[in-house]
Amino acid sequence: MQLIPPDIDIDFIGKRKIAFLLSGLMVAASIVLLVVRGLNFGIDFTGGTLVEVRFATPPQIAEVRKAITPAGYGQAIIQRFGAPNEILIRVQNREGEKSSVISARVLDALNRHFHASPVEMRRVEYVGPQVGRELTRAGIMAVLIAMVAILLYVTFRFEFRFALGADAALLHDVTIVLGLFSLTGKEFTLPVVAALLTVIGYSLNDTIVVFDRIRENLEANRRRKRRLDEMTVANHSINQTLARTLMTSFTTLLVVFALFLLGGAVIHDFAFALIAGILVGTYSSIFVASPIMLALKGMFDREKEEAAIRELEARP
Amino acid sequence: MHSFARWKYWLIAAVLLVSLMGALPNVIRVPGWWPGILSHPLNLGLDLKGGVHLVLDVDVEKAVARSVEEDLGLVRRLLRENRIRYQRLEAEGPLLTVTLRDPADGPAAEKLLDDQLPTYSMRRSGAAIRLTLDEKEAEEIRKFAVDQVIEVVRNRIDALGTTEPVIVKQGKRRVLVQIPGYEDTARAKALIGRTALLEFKLVDEKGDLDKALATGHPPPGDIIVYGKKEMRGGKLVAQPYLLKKRTELSGSEVADARVSIDSRFNEYAVTLKFNNKGARRFDKLTKAHVGERFAIILEGVVQSAPVIRERISGGTAQITGNFTPQEARDLAIVLRAGALPAPVKVVEERSIGPSLGQDSVEQGAESIVIGALLVLLFMAVYYRAFGLIANVALLFNMLLIVAAMSMIGATLTLPGMAGIVLTIGMAVDANVLIFERIREELHLGKTPLAAIDGGYDKAFSTIVDANITTLIAAIVLFQFGSGPVKGFAVTLSVGILASMFTAITVTRAIVALTVTRGGRRPARLSI
Repeated sequence: MQLIPPDIDIDFIGKRKIAFLLSGLMVAASIVLLVVRGLNFGIDFTGGTLVEVRFATPPQIAEVRKAITPAGYGQAIIQRFGAPNEILIRVQNREGEKSSVISARVLDALNRHFHASPVEMRRVEYVGPQVGRELTRAGIMAVLIAMVAILLYVTFRFEFRFALGADAALLHDVTIVLGLFSLTGKEFTLPVVAALLTVIGYSLNDTIVVFDRIRENLEANRRRKRRLDEMTVANHSINQTLARTLMTSFTTLLVVFALFLLGGAVIHDFAFALIAGILVGTYSSIFVASPIMLALKGMFDREKEEAAIRELEARP
Repeated sequence: MHSFARWKYWLIAAVLLVSLMGALPNVIRVPGWWPGILSHPLNLGLDLKGGVHLVLDVDVEKAVARSVEEDLGLVRRLLRENRIRYQRLEAEGPLLTVTLRDPADGPAAEKLLDDQLPTYSMRRSGAAIRLTLDEKEAEEIRKFAVDQVIEVVRNRIDALGTTEPVIVKQGKRRVLVQIPGYEDTARAKALIGRTALLEFKLVDEKGDLDKALATGHPPPGDIIVYGKKEMRGGKLVAQPYLLKKRTELSGSEVADARVSIDSRFNEYAVTLKFNNKGARRFDKLTKAHVGERFAIILEGVVQSAPVIRERISGGTAQITGNFTPQEARDLAIVLRAGALPAPVKVVEERSIGPSLGQDSVEQGAESIVIGALLVLLFMAVYYRAFGLIANVALLFNMLLIVAAMSMIGATLTLPGMAGIVLTIGMAVDANVLIFERIREELHLGKTPLAAIDGGYDKAFSTIVDANITTLIAAIVLFQFGSGPVKGFAVTLSVGILASMFTAITVTRAIVALTVTRGGRRPARLSI
């Protein structure tokens, strides 16, 4: 079976202005969302206590709130999580409260109120404010370090402007996925950061495959008598790798969708980030990475540099 | 292609054999002669088997301050023995300040302290001497405090009778505690977090408690310590005691602690047994102060203050205080395990109930199986015979991941399972790259044999570059990640390496064994 015809020739590069406009809009919208709405940070970053409990029968949210109000947690965020009889309760750290006892107090209060059928502790997470700050810093550092490491590797294997193109594409992807998290109000947790870093790896993987083909074709092009211009070569390369790009994204999406639908509530947002990242990453490897790399031609052109050096060396 | 090196077959066979052997302990119990490195099943993370995960922050500066306070006692003794009179002695953090009565004693005091306290650096101006603990020494104390916390916490958790707790240092001043399969987080935290500082002090029978309470200034050498809060007349009140500052005996002299029943009131109590040194001191103390009271202070609260009726030389003492059976048991545990050298605070907790762990395993396994089946099906339909070859490699790949993770003792977490799912999707990528390239070569009019060779050769550098960049992201993730995220990074890295091996080597071997076997030149390829 072959869904992508072998001699496919779509003018991707020619549509780069539309792509830039679309990407620019999406990135701008994401940044505005992030600034205005911000992210719904989970307790990994804000610090706080999270208690997940299972009831014998689905309770009313209001009833749950009534149960924990006497213990002083009336302001908690209460939501259903996964199955209808499972409830997630989030409590912010309070000044002066010995925070590691919050979970016990919440469970106590629930059991007192619903004494007919005791609730079952599914999960307790407590993150102190200091740890939250550390994790935030570590998360930002991780994304930056990954980007620099990739910049170095791609510069080493390709050229600096390829590296910039790759980094631009993954910055684009990360921003848009973050924007989606802001838009949907989904909780931003540690596993989501892990998903983001995976998206970085994935987006890059896609980009590198295209770049690899561009490099190969450019080398072949240099040996030709009538050289094609770089844009044509790049566009041809994108078309050649298109089948692979789409097939790999498809197989990866297959499994990530399985994770999204079957993996359970804990993994749900993680899978969501991956799905969004893979879709955006596939788009950006075609429409963002190469056009940016091409646009930077004048600035970091190795060919020109080499020519200049040769000229210098040739001088007596 | 026609010359697929023989040693590569052997390599693949060896990897396959080792993988099978390494993965087997996950399925059945392996016999005793099984090689040690291959006989460990996968470690399940706490999020999969349930349990308590705590990160403790050790207040190491308190340990430094405590050590400096101890040295303050040494300074006091030294000055007295050498008849150097002082006005004030103060300890604050790593700082010791000595104020002498007579500035003329300065040089003598300076020389004395310099000789006796080599770990301090000293500055004197007139009658004031400032001693600062050397940073190197302070660092040593901090390190020792964390190590000691680990030791004490281990003893306490072992007393709970749970299996295989993990207690390790994390960073410079943190301790990670994991108790698999344990549910009572509140009890675990209470047990771990207690300083269990036990002190015996004499009650100052001659001092005026009321006056001390009224003025807020106890007589010199005394302190006010309160007892447990109790309901009295509808109000919570705590009984104050006027005690001598000096600690006569402490928990470090306790050799054993057991739950007992106090015969007089028929209530739960903890009976202490002192070590030799403690027993001697207790003997001396009770002999010298018959008729007076001594206070037993636990974590800064007076538990009881019994009257010494007679000299006690057996080396045992009893702590009472309206304990429930569990309180008495836990107190005995912490006293036996020793006091923490510095207070600890729980800064992170992740506890998973057994039902959630079970659900996660089932849902994770389900999504792995369904995801893998979908990919297998798609590959077979889309790339036909070559798709089947890729599928064999994919199954090999999954086997290799399980075996490798079992062998390196990695822990499988829920995000780790997600990593395996993701790897399955990406593992076929290398094959997709190769197969698409073969199709291209065929399209260019090459013979099937040349197309296969070209496909593998040209895709190789792409596969390496693409995977190394993903590996970079995974390694960064590992460096940054904590707990579950680390598990994800490990599975992802192992998965990437395994898939590179299987996609490049294994599929090529199968192709060489089937499609082009014995120098056959197929007229067309099923791709």
